[in-house]
Amino acid sequence: MSDFLPSAIQLGYLVAASLFIVGLKQLGSPATARQGNVLAAIGMLIAIVGTLLEKQVVSYELIVVGMIIGSILGTIMAKTVAMTDMPQMVGLLNGFGGAASALVAVGEFWRYLSIPESPTPDATITILLGVLIGGITFTGSLVAFAKLQELLPGAPMTFPLQQPFNALLAIALLAGSGYMLTNPENVPVFLGLVAISNILGIMFVLPIGGGDMPVVVSLLNSYSGIAASVAGFILMNNMLIIAGALVGASGIILTQIMCKAMNRSLGSVLFSAFGSGGKTAAAGGAAGATDKTVHTIDIEESAMMLGYARSVVIIPGYGMAVAQAQHAVRELADGLEKMGVDVKYAIHPVAGRMPGHMNVLLAEANVPYPQLYDMDDINPQFEETDVALVIGANDVVNPAARYDTASPIYGMPILEVDKAKHTIVIKRGMSAGFSGVDNELFYKDKTMMLFGSAKDVVAKLVAEVKQL
Amino acid sequence: MAEGLIAGLVVFTLASFVGFEVINKVPPTLHTPLMSGSNAISGIAVLGAILISGKGNVTVTSILGTIAIALATINVVAGFLVTDRMLQMFKKKEVKA
Repeated sequence: MSDFLPSAIQLGYLVAASLFIVGLKQLGSPATARQGNVLAAIGMLIAIVGTLLEKQVVSYELIVVGMIIGSILGTIMAKTVAMTDMPQMVGLLNGFGGAASALVAVGEFWRYLSIPESPTPDATITILLGVLIGGITFTGSLVAFAKLQELLPGAPMTFPLQQPFNALLAIALLAGSGYMLTNPENVPVFLGLVAISNILGIMFVLPIGGGDMPVVVSLLNSYSGIAASVAGFILMNNMLIIAGALVGASGIILTQIMCKAMNRSLGSVLFSAFGSGGKTAAAGGAAGATDKTVHTIDIEESAMMLGYARSVVIIPGYGMAVAQAQHAVRELADGLEKMGVDVKYAIHPVAGRMPGHMNVLLAEANVPYPQLYDMDDINPQFEETDVALVIGANDVVNPAARYDTASPIYGMPILEVDKAKHTIVIKRGMSAGFSGVDNELFYKDKTMMLFGSAKDVVAKLVAEVKQL
Repeated sequence: MAEGLIAGLVVFTLASFVGFEVINKVPPTLHTPLMSGSNAISGIAVLGAILISGKGNVTVTSILGTIAIALATINVVAGFLVTDRMLQMFKKKEVKA
């Protein structure tokens, strides 16, 4: 009978792992996605209950306190976060996951201090690995969160001697880890390694530009999985290892998909300073901008152009989402359709700030799914489009990406709105996009700028179109 | 080399391959929910936190474990709830169409 519970727990873990796999699979298809999420959540519940029954868990006070605090805060966060802030949210949650794994590693180190037995080299290695990956995930995610939340400037941040400094950190990390293998219970060196791991996370994300932040969040998502897996190695718990590995692998796949959409290799996102090359190009562009003219257009005229067009393609960007204009945009599309205009939405793979982010935002506003077109499907249609209406998008419609090798966004596939017969751009002002690059689309003769907050402007357009 | 470590590596490697295969083909629409859903699963770290903090006496380890439990629980709870919130929107639209 005493053998029954451990076996039951292991079987429970097996069920939970299966539910995670089936859940992830179902998350990949629109029809089953919601069910998949529920299955994964059930798997998590089974895994947690199983762990609570483990024989080494004997006191529940602290566990209950931690779980209640976490559940309350988590529920509040999930219920109140705006859909536009989803990338930051995922970033922050990643950070929490990474921190938890790192804390488990640190806690396990402290447990060894209180018992006569010293950690074996295996244990030391896994603990240090847990601290390293968990620490990088934690601070890296916080920096990514701060950049997306605009607490830190989105532009890449560099300082003199950054590379030598990083190299020094890496050397210190290796030296310290080597020392720990022979002196596994040295507290100052251990704390030093904890600090270095956290600093490395900051150094890793700071020099990456805001435009590449989705890739970073996705990569850190993968790291948080690997960190959980390492925690599993530390505690010899298969459930942790499996779930962590699943997330680690999924994060890497997603990261690759995102890099592909931006036509950048992962290496160039992480190591080439997007900004250092970009800053000069942006500066050059801004200087050139002063002698280019911008054509503006008023609301009434825009409404006429849209209302009497045969086909309109709407290009929603993050600016539209920030202004919470997606409902107004749908109203505008409805109004235009009533007048017989063919309305489509062009969705860039990285529209918004994460792949699929824009789809979520438009779904929130009940935009019919068949009206959404992927970049590859819509690009050949722009030449027959009367009006391309760009709402709060910038970098993803910058023609410089096609030919200007000096531009930091060179090579990124774009929505070719400049091929449409007319383009109307709704924008707050002439500021550069998230990548910090000026957009030459705004100076073209066919392009008309309609300045104002997306929500106000679109609402007025809706009213004007009704009167046509 | 501890046998446990090798066994763990076997499990880790196989699970990684499952992860790659399971997620191979996903329409872009679902990338964001998938990311937040898999992020919620990475909150599995809560298991590790429970294991180190439930050992009985209050120590540095159990305090660190409790903090880890709170953080990982936020990750789990918020992750699954927010993913459901997103997917709910897709559902609503499907019914309409």
